[in-house]
Amino acid sequence: MKGCDKLVDVGRRQFLTRGVLATAGAAATAVVPGEVAAKPNPARVDYPSNRLANVSQLKPNAPMDISYPDKDSPGVLIKLGTRVAGGAGPDGDIVAFSTLCPHKGFPLNYQAADKTLNCPGHYSRFDCEKGGLQIMGQATQNLPQFTLRVAANGDIFAEGVDELIYGRLSNVL
Amino acid sequence: MAFKRQIDRLPIIPADAKKQNVTCHFCIVGCGYHAYTWPVNKQGGTDPAQNVFKTDLAKQQYPETDAWYAPSMYNIVQQDGRDVHIVIKPDKDCEVNSGLGSIRGARMAEMSYSRARATQQQRLTHPMVFRYGQMQPTSWEDALDLVARVTVAMIKEPGGEDNLFVSAFDHGGAGGGYENTWGTGKLYFEAMKVKNIRIHNRPAYNSEVHATRDMGVGELNNCYEDAELCDTIVAVGTNAYETQTNYFLNHWVPNLRGTSMQKQQQQLAGEPHAPGRIVIVDPRRTSTVAACEVEAGKDKVLHLAIEPGTDMVLFNALLTQIAEKGWQDKAFIAASTKDFDKALAANKTSLADAARITGLKPEDIAKAAAWIAEPKEGRRRRTMFSYEKGLIWGNDNYRTNAAVVNVALATGNIGRAGGGCVRMGGHQEGYSRPSDAHVGKPAAYVDKLLIEGRGGVHHIWGCDHYKTTLNAHKFKQVYKKRTDMVRDAMNAVPAGDRAAQVAAIVDAIKKGGLFAVDVDIVPTKIGEACHVWLPAATSGEMNLTSMNGERRMRLTERYMDPPGESMPDALIAARIANHMERVLRELGDAKYADQFKGFDWKTEEDAFMDGYHKHENGGTHVTYARLRAMGTNGFQEPATDFKDGKIVGTKRLYADGKFGTKDGKATFMEAQWRGLQAPGKEDQKKKFKYLVNNGRTNHVWQNAYLDQDNEFIMDRWPYPFIEMNPDDMSELKVAAGDLVEVYNDDGSTQAMVYPTPTAKKGHTFMLFAYPTGVQGNVVNAGTNELILPNYKQTWANIRKLAAAPASVQHLSFKTQEYKAG
Repeated sequence: MKGCDKLVDVGRRQFLTRGVLATAGAAATAVVPGEVAAKPNPARVDYPSNRLANVSQLKPNAPMDISYPDKDSPGVLIKLGTRVAGGAGPDGDIVAFSTLCPHKGFPLNYQAADKTLNCPGHYSRFDCEKGGLQIMGQATQNLPQFTLRVAANGDIFAEGVDELIYGRLSNVL
Repeated sequence: MAFKRQIDRLPIIPADAKKQNVTCHFCIVGCGYHAYTWPVNKQGGTDPAQNVFKTDLAKQQYPETDAWYAPSMYNIVQQDGRDVHIVIKPDKDCEVNSGLGSIRGARMAEMSYSRARATQQQRLTHPMVFRYGQMQPTSWEDALDLVARVTVAMIKEPGGEDNLFVSAFDHGGAGGGYENTWGTGKLYFEAMKVKNIRIHNRPAYNSEVHATRDMGVGELNNCYEDAELCDTIVAVGTNAYETQTNYFLNHWVPNLRGTSMQKQQQQLAGEPHAPGRIVIVDPRRTSTVAACEVEAGKDKVLHLAIEPGTDMVLFNALLTQIAEKGWQDKAFIAASTKDFDKALAANKTSLADAARITGLKPEDIAKAAAWIAEPKEGRRRRTMFSYEKGLIWGNDNYRTNAAVVNVALATGNIGRAGGGCVRMGGHQEGYSRPSDAHVGKPAAYVDKLLIEGRGGVHHIWGCDHYKTTLNAHKFKQVYKKRTDMVRDAMNAVPAGDRAAQVAAIVDAIKKGGLFAVDVDIVPTKIGEACHVWLPAATSGEMNLTSMNGERRMRLTERYMDPPGESMPDALIAARIANHMERVLRELGDAKYADQFKGFDWKTEEDAFMDGYHKHENGGTHVTYARLRAMGTNGFQEPATDFKDGKIVGTKRLYADGKFGTKDGKATFMEAQWRGLQAPGKEDQKKKFKYLVNNGRTNHVWQNAYLDQDNEFIMDRWPYPFIEMNPDDMSELKVAAGDLVEVYNDDGSTQAMVYPTPTAKKGHTFMLFAYPTGVQGNVVNAGTNELILPNYKQTWANIRKLAAAPASVQHLSFKTQEYKAG
């Protein structure tokens, strides 16, 4: 178990494995008191640092399909062309979002004309220039945004998510 | 930056979690949910054997999965005195919403009282009385004794029970419920005969749909499935996508998409079917219009952007046109109605006249008539009519309501599949009270009487006039002054000397003061002026029954403890009655005291059995145990039987062609145009430049009484928005997010500018009833003859207060309209 702590992509699996052991342990405890000690879990999931692209690959207002924190969680990487709060890169204009609508999980589509992500399921709209703020729609959260880090060579890494991604009860499965 | 919760995982519902039936306590649609609760020191796991979904949660779930819940659906609350995890998630098997949750209802868990997670800490937890210059917590006994003594003292003064003014909820869900309307009703209409009473969002005790009732047509007469079965939907003054979201998404959209055609072919065999059409009557292009265009195609959506307040003329023209074409349902009219010819003659309106008054094109009115009534290959077209506040709170309510029902009756569309003429509704319904006949018609204009200095004691139940009345600016000025007189009097006497306190209060009332008691779940704006606060429980903190917009009755089971010492309203009413009885006996008035007997309820179920079960049509078939077994689908009222372990309901009213009049015939009604009917409207229109149309928005439930303590919502709307045409903005030199003052001779208020290119020049639209800018401040006092307010037709001038403050810099002002991409 100790080695597992060093893995970046553990999250729920590790959490769960420990949970199972703890449960079994609890039963055992009833028979032999005091033998099983609780083990610490991290307070938050550990996010992988995944390279998404290089700045040189991005064209203004042309979205690039990505996935993060794993291949089952689709997202989009956009160089907006104008500096925004929370934007990364030399121009402060690179953002990345989950493209699973946090209402019912329908895939969002990008409208370059007003830089929004839109849901064909129930008409939700999210503003990519405002941190994924839900302009209109039925989700009860704003759009999960991926935290970006841009290295000196222009490589863009995703390293975190600020809301729960649709369809998973842990952002890292 | 937009608000983010920074939640990256949630506790998993274990396989053995307790599962409770929940109906959303917000809007009339009443979506089905389940509340799952389990001990705070336990959790489920990703293995299918370890979670309630029997699903491998270590994998990404697909769209529309049942096996996911948002952070807003989770909380830690108390249940039987212990902390438990709670997840309140939409029920995929509920026929109303089929697993859909809206931005409002899907936050029920997050908007529950939690000490552990510090949500809704605004909730009232203990009775409070005004003492030593501020509101102080006290015991129920102490607070109720003060309420009873002052109330009794005043109803024994000249004027009697007319000295007691009451404002009360009369709906369902969080706006009442059968238990609570019965509790308050029994107190004020049976133990007493209170006449000066008004309803939660309007200044008198009246129906918002008197006309349809007078015509023999109850306003909730169809079922939601009719929206899937009809050929055409007519939507008047209702923005269903934002305000009855899952009714729209789950029942209207399938018809517009054409995906309910199989159902049409099965249930309505032998007639042609096609994807549905929709006629939308609204001066504003709403997000509903945009969504309909996406789903049905523009050629199947007819948006009639009518001149505000002229709907009656449109309906009269439709009736005239339909009759001229011979499209009326002659057999139905002959068998089930009366006065058709009379109303047709009286209401006759040509296309040309209608076009002139409504601002619509004559060919569009003719097209609407055809979509509503032109036979389809020789068969009667099925049309469902729906209307809400644009009509109800608009010009000449009574006649306009009659005019739309006329069209529905003429086309044989009531009591039949794919038909109906219904209000869309705000709250759920849950009305069960003794007769209100003594209130009279028209009912007392209570808010006006309060302004005029009438009334001595004011009991307020779940109402906030400061946010939801007309002439609100004036109301607040006077109300504060009158209640301050009593506060000053209370301050002048030691609080511990109850007799002296009561005497001082009564003396201040006689000088024009007002003693106010506020029963609510949160501190309200009007509560700031009150002298006693009594903390109430809300849905889920008590067992509560209500019905939705298709009369579907469900029981929300108590899934958590009410905050602190708060109690169900029904029991608060009972305890007030107990104390009034005691005080009256002390005063030696045994006869009067006896009127307050029968309030020995211990639980909300006692109130239900005393009220609904005994008194409502079909009530004897209905008990808590039976409702619990009926789950989130419940049954549609009225109940007619209990058979094979199920309550038997009624899918549609008037299916037998017999209506709610003495002779069973629905009555056509005359409805003649008389311009802007409410006093003062015409003058206001002439004098002020901008129409201040107003209404709700998607994010916010009602007057934001819970949303005001929810970061997700207050981050989006720190101020009420006012939608403005960009040309108007240029003229006023205001930009997106700027704060503006909206003002006229009746009052003033503030709002935040939201640029809206689709808004007509001179037409604005402001969020109604919002705590940081009350639109009612600029609505004049004029009502219709039955004291129905006209909030919608309001005119004012606008000026800049401040450039967009820091609190709105992070907001988006992009169009709220979805477009197919």
